[in-house]
Amino acid sequence: MNYDLVIIGGGPSGLAAAIAAKENGVDKLLILDREAYLGGILIQCIHNGFGLHTFKEELTGPEYAQRFIDKIDELSIAYKLNTLVLDITEDKTIYAVNPEEGLLEIKAKAIILAMGCRERPRGALTIPGTRCTGIMTAGSAQKFVNMKGFMPGREVVVLGSGDIGLIMARRMSFEGAKVKAVVELLPYSSGLKRNIVQCLDDYDIPLLLSHTVVKIHGKDRLEGVTISKVGNDMKPIKESEEYIRCDTLLLSVGLLPENELSRKAGVELSLITGGAMVDSYLQTNIPGIFACGNVLHVHDLVDNVSTESYIAGKNASIYIKGFLNNDNKVSLKAVEGVRYTVPHFINPEAVSDNITVRFRVDNVYKGASIAVYFDDIKVINKRKKILTPGEMEEVKLTSDMFSKCPNAASITFKVERSL
Amino acid sequence: MYDVVIIGAGVIGCSIARELSKYKLKTLVLEKENDVCCGTSKANSAIVHAGFDAKPGTLKGELNAKANIMFDKLSEDLGFHFRRNGSLVLCLDEMDMDKLFELKERGEKNGVPGLKILTGEEVRNLEPAVTDKVVAALYASTGGIVCPFNLTIALAENAYVNGVEFSFNSEVLELKKIDNTFEIKTFNNTIISKLVINAAGVYSDKFNNLLSENKFTIIPRKGEYNLFDKYVGYIADRTLFQLPTKLGKGILVSPTTDGNLIVGPNAVDIEDKDDVSTTREGLDDIMEKALLSIKNIPIGSVITSFSGLRARSEKDDFIIGEAPDVPNFINAASIESPGLTCSPLIGEIIAEIVVNKLEPEANKAFNPKREGIVRFNELNLEEKKDIISKKPEYGRIVCRCEYVTEGEILDAIRRPLGAKDLDGIKRRTRAGAGRCQAGFCMSRVMEILQSELNIPPTEITKFGRQSKILVGLSKENISQEDGK
Repeated sequence: MNYDLVIIGGGPSGLAAAIAAKENGVDKLLILDREAYLGGILIQCIHNGFGLHTFKEELTGPEYAQRFIDKIDELSIAYKLNTLVLDITEDKTIYAVNPEEGLLEIKAKAIILAMGCRERPRGALTIPGTRCTGIMTAGSAQKFVNMKGFMPGREVVVLGSGDIGLIMARRMSFEGAKVKAVVELLPYSSGLKRNIVQCLDDYDIPLLLSHTVVKIHGKDRLEGVTISKVGNDMKPIKESEEYIRCDTLLLSVGLLPENELSRKAGVELSLITGGAMVDSYLQTNIPGIFACGNVLHVHDLVDNVSTESYIAGKNASIYIKGFLNNDNKVSLKAVEGVRYTVPHFINPEAVSDNITVRFRVDNVYKGASIAVYFDDIKVINKRKKILTPGEMEEVKLTSDMFSKCPNAASITFKVERSL
Repeated sequence: MYDVVIIGAGVIGCSIARELSKYKLKTLVLEKENDVCCGTSKANSAIVHAGFDAKPGTLKGELNAKANIMFDKLSEDLGFHFRRNGSLVLCLDEMDMDKLFELKERGEKNGVPGLKILTGEEVRNLEPAVTDKVVAALYASTGGIVCPFNLTIALAENAYVNGVEFSFNSEVLELKKIDNTFEIKTFNNTIISKLVINAAGVYSDKFNNLLSENKFTIIPRKGEYNLFDKYVGYIADRTLFQLPTKLGKGILVSPTTDGNLIVGPNAVDIEDKDDVSTTREGLDDIMEKALLSIKNIPIGSVITSFSGLRARSEKDDFIIGEAPDVPNFINAASIESPGLTCSPLIGEIIAEIVVNKLEPEANKAFNPKREGIVRFNELNLEEKKDIISKKPEYGRIVCRCEYVTEGEILDAIRRPLGAKDLDGIKRRTRAGAGRCQAGFCMSRVMEILQSELNIPPTEITKFGRQSKILVGLSKENISQEDGK
């Protein structure tokens, strides 16, 4: 089987990338998805709030996905469902499997990685205590409640204040459970401000910042958790321990880009984002392999996933036609308050338009600025009322900046405190 | 009336059961949990020890090396995962060198072949991740690793197809000797047997002490572990022990048969025989000690932590044989490390005692072979194509971390003594044992269990009893008034 472009993952990222590729002239393309439906995790996100930027409307997750799925059908883009990719080789051969066709060997000129992310499980936190039932990730609970109509519990504590945790705190309340607290290790929430207001405040659910779960209790089924305040060193303060009776602990303690396949293909990964290191085409270290969406870095808003993935799809089409200019890359450096940037490199010769650089800060900053330097020349100074790690930031680098500083060896991003 | 009742379906009980299935005996295994391999057998280091550790003259010392060599054939016959990866006891201090030589000597007395002292340099050539603190090591080529679930399940399945009965959720509540037979009461049954074998692990003292004046006490010794993602599995190819020092027995860093990395255990004596909780101190402690052996282990790649209880008695050795004052009550008790290694031989020893007493006929129909569950992920491309063309359910991947197919899960449920809960499926197939720890596949596995066992989703458990995953329907406990 031969294709010009194979897109791995049919969630919001893969769908947008496929549409962009097709619209830019790639006809032989294929989407592979392991689920029985397109749309990815959006299908279980039945709350609204999607698409405010893209469609200027508040859509539910399935509605947002459907707009893209309709477009896929309209453009007659091929896809295979229930198809799991087992392996990708460096020469872009894909091994995948499904019940109808068996083992597939697909050769592609270009590949877009759009596998999304998964939730960090309990094990990764090494929370001490028993190994009873009643502990699951917020996303697993979301699937049971929203897609199957079953409740994983009645009295709930949520650990972690990521967006899925906040959304699920509201959902569980809504479906008849008592949510006793959302417990967050950090002194700030990693979720969106609007979710804290709409999901916790509106339902009188306490958000306990600088707290964590230090022990799990229960033999067969969870009976309760011990929580504790943490000090500035993030270590629990013994005297502050408190027992909360509950039968369910939902975990919303971070998302991890699912890059096991990328690793097999030899794609170089960032230790900070867990996603591929990409240039401004969103191309990885392997020419013709692109990455976008949550497999590249975890986003807050699906709208950003879609716009980012359009860029990957478009650039894959240029690559397939043989016009992608790979020479000369300038490194982006994230320092002093900026944790990372995506992309990690920029190809200055190819900057005909604006390049959006997305990044996160490492702490809460009030009244600070985002500063961008081409070598030591400041080209951007963007004042922000508040910067938080929970909200992804972006700036645009323009072709103008590159023509003013044509020989810049590096581009540096930092947070500067305003005086 | 049964000829033999075995209390406990751990690796010891199942090994005995399989040995007894070679004879025409009416044998029953009673297990308090929902499946085999639910106690000490499920949570340990999964090591097939070479045999240098135990004191010469003890049962442990006598049996270990002999049992070790049984694993090649047994794993072939029964289709469980076993690898002779070799082991190293790392010496971290020049001052302790004589202890390392002592250990070698002890091993030789115990009949362990192929022991060698290596220099620190040689160790690092074999295992590049070993720290510079290591000055020498004792290498044992016969050391191995085994999947303890696979081993126990294989023994049980094979015993079952050869005629042994199993009864789960059957905790022994009363045990009496009346004249020459035993009366055993479980929650819903009274069983009469000529002979009782006590393989009850951490509870074996309870049953012995009910009948015998020759009492012993099991003081569970807890050991905590961290299990790491497969992508750090390369860190150790051999099992890396530490030479015991005045600071303690040391911990091990080892690959597992599935390619993960395991680190642990510490050793804490506890009272509660059900307490398999982990502690912050314990988990921190094992990681700190692991860094004496290994340069770096990324803590972020832990996928799960667990603890297990060593069924250790004050006798400090296995207790194997008939209770001196209770004829036909046979102990296979106080089985702590190297119990997993010795399990095949303990099975044979106990069977011999039974055979001498009851003089049964041989079971001519005994089939020593058992086909394991085909692991899709371990097949080559041709084999993968082939199996899907015959059985399309092998083309549907359910667990994406471990590449477990629907075909394997169906096999795990449908085969003899099949899986009845999520842990049962995990231990037979690895679905849910990977890096996401069932986050994605749990709901799909539940659907398969639901339709195969014909039970509602709210009845599905992780490990029997009250370990249900779901508690009811959405909105069902919202009254009309609340819903306004």
